[in-house]
Amino acid sequence: MRKHLFPLSSFLNLETNSDMQTTTAHVYPVDNIDTDRIIPGKYTKTLDMSALASHVLEDLDPEFSKKVQQGDILVAGNNFGCGSSREQAPIALKAAGVSVVVAKTFARIFYRNAINIGLPVIEVEHHNIQSGDSISIDLEHGVVTNHTKNETYQATKMPQQMIDILNAGGLVNYLVKHGDYV
Amino acid sequence: MNQTISEKILSQHAGKPVKAGDIAIVRVDGVMATDATAPFAIKAFRQMGGKKLWDVERVSLIIDHASPAPNETVANLHKLMRDFSEEMGCRLYDIGEGICHQLVVENAHVKPGDLFLGADSHTPTYGALNAFGIGVGSTDLAATMLTGKTWLKVPKTIKITLNGELKKGVTAKDLILFLVKELGVEGANYQAVEFTGETIKGMTLASRMAIANMSSEMGAKAGLVDPTGLDLWYPFEPTFADNDAEYVRELTFDVSALRPQIAKPHSPENVVAIDEVLGTKVQYAFIGSCTNTRLEDLHAAAQVLKGKKLTSTRLIIAPASKKVFNDALKDGTIQILSDAGATFITSGCGPCVGSHLGVPGDGEVVISSTNRNFQGRMGNPKAQVYLGSPAVVAASALAGEIVEPE
Repeated sequence: MRKHLFPLSSFLNLETNSDMQTTTAHVYPVDNIDTDRIIPGKYTKTLDMSALASHVLEDLDPEFSKKVQQGDILVAGNNFGCGSSREQAPIALKAAGVSVVVAKTFARIFYRNAINIGLPVIEVEHHNIQSGDSISIDLEHGVVTNHTKNETYQATKMPQQMIDILNAGGLVNYLVKHGDYV
Repeated sequence: MNQTISEKILSQHAGKPVKAGDIAIVRVDGVMATDATAPFAIKAFRQMGGKKLWDVERVSLIIDHASPAPNETVANLHKLMRDFSEEMGCRLYDIGEGICHQLVVENAHVKPGDLFLGADSHTPTYGALNAFGIGVGSTDLAATMLTGKTWLKVPKTIKITLNGELKKGVTAKDLILFLVKELGVEGANYQAVEFTGETIKGMTLASRMAIANMSSEMGAKAGLVDPTGLDLWYPFEPTFADNDAEYVRELTFDVSALRPQIAKPHSPENVVAIDEVLGTKVQYAFIGSCTNTRLEDLHAAAQVLKGKKLTSTRLIIAPASKKVFNDALKDGTIQILSDAGATFITSGCGPCVGSHLGVPGDGEVVISSTNRNFQGRMGNPKAQVYLGSPAVVAASALAGEIVEPE
């Protein structure tokens, strides 16, 4: 079993865009995957990350938490993460090993929450990614590369404020570093 | 000046004129977190090095999502909130006080023109009183607890004009269900919605809250109701959109012929006129949530159930707050509903969020006055949840199937 292929920071490599690592995609071409399906409300009342990870996406795919490996990529359709403001949704995905979520669009609270906890998310409207494809992502320039199919896809570029927060490793570290919004 | 309500409120809080698309750091007037989000916010606040809140008067912690605690894990999260509030000196609404959004409005923690952050997705509810309410997650909230600020992108605005008088028995809930269908669950993502028109201008605060509340079901960042006709118990300065404000989309509906609306499983956009689902058997009815369990909602249910007796279908009611419960107790509404066989539970989110106090069984059909019917939302992915107005829920509970109130 693969584990911890690389630290997340080197994989993202936002500032230097070099030595990008590749990782495996899990594709669910479904729109409106809501936060209740990412992590049902009945499991959210905990601060235990591993408990969250074991139930992630279980109503969508009961096997997901067993299949996903550290560093893998989740790919979904439109409006991923709609519904509640629960930060447990991106936390559960990150705790399960997901290193990036690629979707056509994200619901706004999920998008912010994911960046804030240091889980990169990227909007790609047109792509041809299938489960098992080997993918690398350059968030800074908004480019997704599919090494299996030898294709690249253009993503929506993130606001600089979000790139700054991701570069810091999330909003907690950003505020530890800066003490305030800058 | 060609500004939307969003641009006006956000300009005031940015300390400079901002327009749709601008990224701005803004000061925040108040924040709120619940037992679903406060524990993570407290953890993040401490990790950020937080020693004291930016302003103890502007922070409210509210125990409403799993209240009273159903198990020891939740009990300890509640304890964490109580301990934090005591240490920091901020306000805490403990079990049974009510649903977060009801309490924030009832106690005037948010006022017209404010920018308010709630760690709950239904924070756009405050648009009912002409305030910019944004739902955020725990870490964003922690950052504001520390700094009194947040960063945001000024949203583009969709303008929805509603004309015509609603028919008897058709409510604000039916109207917003219809609009969620029209726009879709992603229809206002990253954007604000302004609701205006003659239909809106005559509405009560409670009805305005139901509409603004479910703007989040379209993905909206804020749902701002035209303050014309807004009746509050304190003086305020309304913020109107300019006549030449720029909108990304403008929609106008004549709603005078609108029928009661029902959202079918498993999405709040899966909406049909009630006629299409009449006769659907229901085993469980729920009147509750930040959308629809205020005094006017309980009155609507009591009007249907007065002198009647529930038989096969169970009806659970969670009043929006202790104040709503007490007002309904004083005016006899609680007696009518209790005599009819309704079960009252703690004021709070109750079964809407699927934690406790009324999880449906496998294959059961629920008719609910709440805002979301995602699969598994009420705690069981094998249940079917239909959404409707409180009057429809009460009438359907009585009939044992989805019916239109007489």
